[in-house]
Amino acid sequence: MELNLLTIDAARSAIQERKTTSMALVESFYARIQKEDSAIGAYLTLTRERALEQADRIDRLAAEGKPLPPLGGVPVGIKDVMCTRGVRTTAGSKILENFIPPHDCTAVARLEAAGAVVLGKLNCDEFAMGSSNENSAFHPVRNPRDLSRVPGGSSGGSAAAVAADMAVVTLGSDTGGSIRQPASFCGVVGLMPTYGRVSRYGLIAFASSLDHIGPLAKNVKDTASVLRTIAGRDPMDSTSADVPVPDYVAEIDKPVSGLKIGMAEEYFGDGLDAEVRKAVEDAIQSLAKLGCDVVPVSLPHTEYAIPTYYIVATAEASSNLARFDGVRYGYRAKNARTLAEMYRRSRDEGFGAEVKRRIMLGTYALSAGYYDAYYLKAQKVRALLTQDFDGAFRKVDAIVTPTSPTAAFQLGEKANDPLAMYLADIYTVTADLAGIPGISIPCGQTREKLPADWLADSW
Amino acid sequence: MKVTEKDVAYVADLSNLELTEEERAHMVRDLNSILGYIDMLNRLDTDNVEPMAQVSDRYGVDTSKAGSERFAYANREDILFGLRPSLPHEEALANAPDADETFFKVPKVIER
Repeated sequence: MELNLLTIDAARSAIQERKTTSMALVESFYARIQKEDSAIGAYLTLTRERALEQADRIDRLAAEGKPLPPLGGVPVGIKDVMCTRGVRTTAGSKILENFIPPHDCTAVARLEAAGAVVLGKLNCDEFAMGSSNENSAFHPVRNPRDLSRVPGGSSGGSAAAVAADMAVVTLGSDTGGSIRQPASFCGVVGLMPTYGRVSRYGLIAFASSLDHIGPLAKNVKDTASVLRTIAGRDPMDSTSADVPVPDYVAEIDKPVSGLKIGMAEEYFGDGLDAEVRKAVEDAIQSLAKLGCDVVPVSLPHTEYAIPTYYIVATAEASSNLARFDGVRYGYRAKNARTLAEMYRRSRDEGFGAEVKRRIMLGTYALSAGYYDAYYLKAQKVRALLTQDFDGAFRKVDAIVTPTSPTAAFQLGEKANDPLAMYLADIYTVTADLAGIPGISIPCGQTREKLPADWLADSW
Repeated sequence: MKVTEKDVAYVADLSNLELTEEERAHMVRDLNSILGYIDMLNRLDTDNVEPMAQVSDRYGVDTSKAGSERFAYANREDILFGLRPSLPHEEALANAPDADETFFKVPKVIER
């Protein structure tokens, strides 16, 4: 039995039936991390003690012949933007290098309550801002399928850990594509749920009207299984919706025949790599053969999504990141003579270049004289983008698009051109802005790997 | 050039950032490049479009009500203990770069 290749159900059953132990599974994953991760860089912190304690609990349940919870003994990794009580949580930033939260993120707590074993915290772009994982203050993550390439971002560590068999499933966060784009670059499944589906309590905020937590896994079933566990109203997050959680795992067995699949020409225009286009078109053909109705739909405001996103997201970020001031937690500059100097120097020395760029852009867009031209304008275009989807989903059940215009690019390729990097999110930001769910499912391989994105109406 | 060095200095001040001379020069270049791209939003006529600030406006809001009543879906009971006990003092101070047993400590605010 290849322990590192087990799915959720296979891992849980193997432990339940005493073919292996949760402890052995955990050790096999730590051995794998020890062997592979120095080249990849997916993990920032390992939580061995916490993992072994949980594994022991699961093994005792199994030994007593009691039924294991749904994720009993399943080794998982957590993007380091989700707080873990007593375990360093950095958000990939120097400013939080030594931050030890007093609380657990609800999504993490729900995974552990369902029996999952947290192996450690995963590298990401600083404050989840980036599309290549090169903005981590600690070290970049490399794509396990080709170490010269980026794993995508910002949940690069979460995608790489799954792709390299260093976790069965992981949690990531998605504000403009940060789950789906790295999933596509690394050839794994990544799901961004509907806005409000999963509590963000304990998620270090980037842009509150856009932030989502969701799973990355090797297959759709494991993705569904994790979503079922973490979804649902949480009184600690007033934006979590009070909408019943269906059994996503059971839903998977329903046939796709008869589904109406939308194909939006705006997602197949200039800039889309020919190999990516071919793979996605082939996938749509396969769906047609399975009995799906492929229907053309129009999302006419798509080209305005990136400019809209970079106003809304940075405006919200400039406000959210104001809390990092070197007073209550985080990095503090040495030898400041006044409070104001201490604030400024702590932020100057604690934040990386991309984070400062976004704080500046967001502050500019919200500043007197520019608010109407930028922030208000972007909110109005956001409404138009959302209406595009409302119109499309009156005609179809889901829309299939590429996740990213290209396969994974080389490290350093876009590092000095922020605008080029932003355009890597061109097909993903629309769903974040509209609040609809999206899932990236591998559908082919270029020299490297390949992406397709499904967008569906809410819930 | 829409954004000048002076604008960058002003916005840095609003953002509680200092920025080195080199960072300011990069910021002028990058903000102009990004805002130049963002200007394409002006091609759209949005005079009659209602701004969308929140996705949750679309799901929970009771549009027949006014004021905070519209957002009743987001209410919860305001319970201090039980639902959300306060952090013990020492835990709340544990991550502070500088603190005594009671307070966060910062450089002097008022010069005497």
